[in-house]
Amino acid sequence: MTYKRGLTPYLYFIPVIAFLIMFLGYPLIETFRLAFTHRVGPLGNFSRIIESGELWIALRYTLLISVVVVPLQLVFALALALFINMRFKGYLLLLYIIAIPLALSDVSAALMSYSIFGPSGFVNKILINLGLTDSPVYFFGYMYETRAFWVIVLTEVWRATPLVFVILLAGLQSVNKEYLEAADVFGFSRWTKLRKITLPILKPAILSALLIRTLFAFQIFGVVWLLAGRDIRILAGEAFYWQTIRYNSNVAASYGLVIAVVSIAISWVYLVILRSREVEGARA
Amino acid sequence: MIKRILVLLTAILIAIWFLSPVVLIVISSLTPSAEYYDPQRILPRSLTLSHLRSLFVTLDGWRATLNSLQVAGMSIGISFLFGIPAAYALTRFVFRGKNTLRLGILMTRSFPVLIIGVPLVVLYLRIGISDTLFGVALAHTSMVLPFVVLISSSIIGGVSVEYEEAGMVFGLSRFGSFMRITMPLVLPGLAASAIFAFIMSWNEVFVAAVLTLTNRTLPAHILNTAMTAPDYFKFAAGTIMAVPAMVFIFFTRKYLISLWGISLK
Repeated sequence: MTYKRGLTPYLYFIPVIAFLIMFLGYPLIETFRLAFTHRVGPLGNFSRIIESGELWIALRYTLLISVVVVPLQLVFALALALFINMRFKGYLLLLYIIAIPLALSDVSAALMSYSIFGPSGFVNKILINLGLTDSPVYFFGYMYETRAFWVIVLTEVWRATPLVFVILLAGLQSVNKEYLEAADVFGFSRWTKLRKITLPILKPAILSALLIRTLFAFQIFGVVWLLAGRDIRILAGEAFYWQTIRYNSNVAASYGLVIAVVSIAISWVYLVILRSREVEGARA
Repeated sequence: MIKRILVLLTAILIAIWFLSPVVLIVISSLTPSAEYYDPQRILPRSLTLSHLRSLFVTLDGWRATLNSLQVAGMSIGISFLFGIPAAYALTRFVFRGKNTLRLGILMTRSFPVLIIGVPLVVLYLRIGISDTLFGVALAHTSMVLPFVVLISSSIIGGVSVEYEEAGMVFGLSRFGSFMRITMPLVLPGLAASAIFAFIMSWNEVFVAAVLTLTNRTLPAHILNTAMTAPDYFKFAAGTIMAVPAMVFIFFTRKYLISLWGISLK
């Protein structure tokens, strides 16, 4: 390590900081400015989307998707991580297979779902071949929002469970084998070991996976837009609609601002939980 | 014995769950239209490349793919140019405020990047780079840069500073010592993080679609045409979008683990 006084180390950061101020900081401020600019007054955009109920619809669907998807991902990812961590023969191959969706785009995942659930998709072909239905079952389109919602949930669970899985698998590596062996000596059951040893040690990993997934869930866009369009309205989808179809950057920025505020709030709650845990740790 | 069979069965079920959507869209993209629209036929009897060809040739997919590659290339270039010095300083220097800087960069990862799209449209119009690939690349860089700094600093930190100091004792400059000694050692790791950055840019759709009208990247092109395009276009597009993901997993499988901060041995 080189000890440096003076300005030299900071010079290395100037490009990064300047860039991030220009392309993250400035747009954030500009989002506020755009959202609070309207001819009748600063709150014009918001009163427009609140009074028409549009903001509520988008917020409700975005929340609903997050509330359903994130816990499912957590449970599946935990089961997968515990399974892979058994290190059976060939577990690395399975690890790579599970990792594939990590690098897949939401656009790709949505189109995969469409090839399965589309009117001529595999599900319909199988149902028709089994004689269970004569005409295709529609999963998408106006009137079928509930079905589209569940296909979106399934797609998101498929696509993003691996991200939670890798974080939890990383966390599992910090579980000391000796604790589990000690538990074996005392004859603890598997379930007790999981509940009393593994899960408590895994808690930080679970928390950070939850944070990342909740943040991403609030930015959900590609999957919903491609599979349901505006039949299922979400915050990012509304921002996209107002920007590219209605050419109204102010309303679009208002939706963007809602996403930003919710994201900041979620991160803040997470930081508070972490800090309170640190305080507990200091006492103990 | 029974336990081993159960483990094997579970593993196969998991593999099928994660692989089947990928396999099914590849099959769909190769299925001739007549067989695709025949409800009685689940798997096609013959395969065709015509959908992929028409996506590339008649539906402008080729240009969109080139655009995507250019955007990703520029974002990787800019983020490495700016990110490596910062990563170097994080691992090689001790100075006041270092942890705050690291934490600050870490915090930007929870920034909802898609909200920068709308304000950047306004900014780009003003400075004359609206609807350009360079503009999209700058936006993608802001998403990729924090990752590049953090991943690179952990990779550079893996090489002992003493090698560099030895080089400096023998008369190399700090820069020369880094380039001639540390760089060759960290190159594979940096290549893996470049692939990671490539995937982030290749997959990003919201900002790219908002910022461009004529110079669309592949996902933005798909997003804007998929609604009206025939089904085979969607499957061909989904397949082409997925290919880099497979390549990514294949080439970075050793680093996959460390890229996500794991140490499975």
